[in-house]
Amino acid sequence: MAQTPYAYFPGCTLHGTMLEYNASARLVCEAAGVDLRELKDWNCCGAWSAHTTDYMLGLALPARNLQKAEAMQLPMVVPCAVGFSRMKLAMHEMENPAVLSAVNQAIDKPFKNSVVVEPLLKVLASDSLDLEVKKPLQGLKVACYYGCLLVRPQKILKFDDENNPQTMDKLMSRLGAEPVDWDFKTECCGAGMSMPRPDVVNRLSSKILLAARSMGADCIAVACPMCHFNLDFHQREVEAERKEKIQMPALYFTQLMGLALGFSAKKLMLDKHLVDPMPMLKSKGMAA
Amino acid sequence: MARIGVFVCHCGSNIAGVVDINRTVEAARKMPQVVYAADAKYTCSEAGQSAIRDAIKQHRLNRVVVSACSPRMHENTFRRTVASAGLNPYLMEIANIREHCSWVHGDNKEAATSKAIDLIGMAVAKVTRDEPLTPKRVSMTPRALVIGGGITGIQAALDIANAGHEVVLVEREPSIGGRMSQLDKTFPTLDCSACILTPKMVDLAQHPKITLLTSAEVKSVNGFVGNFEVEIRQKSRLVDHVKCTGCGTCWQKCPENVNSEFDMGMGKRKSIYIPFAQAVPNKPVIDTASCRYIKYLKWAETKEGKKPPECRICEKICPTGAIDWEQPEQILTEKFGAIVVATGFKTFDHSVLGEYGGGRIPDVISGLQLERLMSASGPTGGEVKRPSDGAHPKTVVIVSCVGSRDDRIGRPYCSKICCMYNAKHAIMLKEHDPEIQIYIFYIDVRTGGKDFEEFYRRSQQEAGALWIRGRVSKIHREGKKLIVRGEDSLIGRPVEIPADLVVLATGVEASDGVVGLAQTLNISHDSYNFLVEAHPKLRPVETHTDGVFVAGAAVGPRDIPESVAHGGAAAAKAIGLLSKEELATDPMTAIVDPVKCVSCFACHEVCPFGAPEKETLRDGRTVSVINESKCKGCGLCIVACRPGAINLRGFTSQQVLAEVTSLWR
Ligand SMILES: Cc1cc2nc3c(=O)[nH]c(=O)nc-3n(C[C@H](O)[C@H](O)[C@H](O)COP(=O)(O)OP(=O)(O)OC[C@H]3O[C@@H](n4cnc5c(N)ncnc54)[C@H](O)[C@@H]3O)c2cc1C
Ligand code: SF4
Ligand code: SF4
Repeated sequence: MAQTPYAYFPGCTLHGTMLEYNASARLVCEAAGVDLRELKDWNCCGAWSAHTTDYMLGLALPARNLQKAEAMQLPMVVPCAVGFSRMKLAMHEMENPAVLSAVNQAIDKPFKNSVVVEPLLKVLASDSLDLEVKKPLQGLKVACYYGCLLVRPQKILKFDDENNPQTMDKLMSRLGAEPVDWDFKTECCGAGMSMPRPDVVNRLSSKILLAARSMGADCIAVACPMCHFNLDFHQREVEAERKEKIQMPALYFTQLMGLALGFSAKKLMLDKHLVDPMPMLKSKGMAA
Repeated sequence: MARIGVFVCHCGSNIAGVVDINRTVEAARKMPQVVYAADAKYTCSEAGQSAIRDAIKQHRLNRVVVSACSPRMHENTFRRTVASAGLNPYLMEIANIREHCSWVHGDNKEAATSKAIDLIGMAVAKVTRDEPLTPKRVSMTPRALVIGGGITGIQAALDIANAGHEVVLVEREPSIGGRMSQLDKTFPTLDCSACILTPKMVDLAQHPKITLLTSAEVKSVNGFVGNFEVEIRQKSRLVDHVKCTGCGTCWQKCPENVNSEFDMGMGKRKSIYIPFAQAVPNKPVIDTASCRYIKYLKWAETKEGKKPPECRICEKICPTGAIDWEQPEQILTEKFGAIVVATGFKTFDHSVLGEYGGGRIPDVISGLQLERLMSASGPTGGEVKRPSDGAHPKTVVIVSCVGSRDDRIGRPYCSKICCMYNAKHAIMLKEHDPEIQIYIFYIDVRTGGKDFEEFYRRSQQEAGALWIRGRVSKIHREGKKLIVRGEDSLIGRPVEIPADLVVLATGVEASDGVVGLAQTLNISHDSYNFLVEAHPKLRPVETHTDGVFVAGAAVGPRDIPESVAHGGAAAAKAIGLLSKEELATDPMTAIVDPVKCVSCFACHEVCPFGAPEKETLRDGRTVSVINESKCKGCGLCIVACRPGAINLRGFTSQQVLAEVTSLWR
């Protein structure tokens, strides 16, 4: 299959706690003809911390990565919503020439701020990709969860609608699944608050989990490691607080995609989640 | 030989406090052809005016300069003064030494005095070259056109017709009634909307002086005040309203159901339909977008896709043979002396607001949709049932200012009526079901109207509605509940209310197509497309195009009492105009010298009033000629005319030049 090359910025979590996102992303990309060329010597994008502590640091960290993609003359693809948002917002700031030249003082190679950055979701949901759906996700009700950072602020990120995005929903329909029509697609899960204020994260994620359940979803599909952490890891605490089982699997959209394209649960690392999706997937005949 | 008199006014201390009057009078006396100069404390007073009249007689003055306030203030007064002393009123000029001098140069009396003298010198130079002018008389067509058949247009039409003039009312929908016909009850008295509106609709239809054209629109407007020539497009209804008796057989039997526009999508209607039971006229039209037979006819042309049924049930069943598939669109040409525009408003479309569900959540409805649900003649027979599952809501949240007071979406203005209809909805919902709890989010509660504040309090005291000050940030579904999240800005906390039904008080917007209509009529609209009145306070129903009046919600958000008053006001202005047998036109108009005209027609391009026309001379040349009845004397064409063929009567280029040269004497 013809392969379209992209400069790949995985971000720290995909090399750490969220190996399953990286693994599934690489599998489906290859199958879909998306050639991921990982940036050499990439660095942390700054995530939550950098821009809230130091303005220039918050720009220089993404800029150093962006520069590498620019030098490769390839569009950059980012699987992590946090990383995507940092890249785009930094580029927006650097539209001001004074800011750009100040950032250029701080990084090692000259950066022109002329690179294209796309979220992995957009690349993989593109209609032009030739997807061979071997095992359609028939009968699977998916609550597509985009989180706040993938689409907001809409004016700057220019990706999808900030209240009712459709990209992932359309992709899921294409894979044979049934996206549920719900209103929590872009509600905040608590994001970076999971360390300092787990209570806040628990409250916010519980709303998302319960809403997905009330709309009859079998699982939540996510496109961000942070969202995944808050919905999966924190679900135990939410259950403990509410004294009830929720057991709502949160899966990366790439894992669901992988299943439909015929990859095994093992390869897609579906065993990495704290809320085990296997019973649900087995009951639907989607995993052995 | 000109014999000019100059009259310098003190205007109390307004002028005299700054300008040295004595020196000014002395200077005026020495100006060329001035034979008399005097001052007066208040020239506009009776004493001041009779002094002018006396001086004209005594000193055989044949031209007068009044140096006083702005001509916008008293030009007409002084024209009448000189006319009553036997002079042509256009042989009087005003030197404005108040607004243009004393009021703005109070800090320098010396300079102000010499400027006053200069201004008088200019007026003297101009008046010397004034020619006597006489207004032309044109006949009046004593008929009025009313565009839009909402309550405003109905009121205007009835008032004009009752004063004895013929009226044609053009309404683009199949029935008159406008938004008011969709309402259940009306604030602040809670009288039933249909009960007070329907009799007026019937009066209008039966009035011997009124011709009602529904499913019709104005296509073009030519002519001018007193003699407008209007082309009206009567759309094809496919039903012959002369044969039709309104028996209703057809719309009972028509098999095609579509969403009813009148019920705001809360109910269904047929393809052949009357919009609502009390519609006027009570005769149906066929909606060509949904009619099966029309679809069949379209299919028959291409034979593409599935063959639709040939239906024609209405035709088979109609006892009078009124269905006419061949009925053409008609263009009627009518003459009118005056036009009243009452095209009303539409409500804001909340589907652009993603945070409120973007129109996807069935139980998030608009205030107008709630009116239909509450109306006894509405789709649910007056039972308030929520659209998703027909359940009776027990908790209702009303959100104010949806599409109003919101810079984000370019709607910074207040829609004015929503606070009051929110209070009304609270009271009525409680009447429908005493167990209902109502919450109303608001930014400010605006109840500036007679009995309005009391009505608002009633919503709290009788209906127990809780008004929460703050905006709603998000509405989302959780199972069967709608979670409304907002801020209570009085306690500074976010609040969440689980509701069964959410009612958005969607704001008032200009109606569709009004921009095109305004262009056709040559009247202005503001940046929100509301029509613009000639003066927001003093001329609220006139426009800058003589003979065209505007009224009701087309001008801006208005409730029913205001719309009725406004419709009546427009009617009064129209009646005043129509009761004249002839109209005097302002003689200060442009005039083309056909010898100099090179037929470039640049004047046709620049004139905002369409006054320049073409005329073919005996020598075969086609030149420009100004239609005096349309010309407003703005002077734009005079500057545009390269060969200098156009001049403005009473303001000729020679006069302007003389004014300027007078300054370097
Ligand atoms: C939910 C809601 C509740 C309300 N409740 C109350 C209440 O309780 N009390 C109260 O006083 N007010 C109330 N109002 C306000 C009231 O509806 C208006 O004041 C009133 O309808 C204004 O009348 P109008 O004739 O100016 O405009 P409209 O009612 O809008 O009528 C305009 C008419 O012109 C027609 N038209 C438009 N364009 C053209 C065209 N180009 N050619 C021909 N015809 C055209 C339209 O089809 C329509 O029939 C309420 C409004 C809403 C939305
Ligand atoms: S059946 Fe004929 S007469 Fe009766 S309402 Fe319909 S068109 Fe009119
Ligand atoms: S032809 Fe059929 S669908 Fe069309 S209006 Fe008549 S009855 Fe209705």
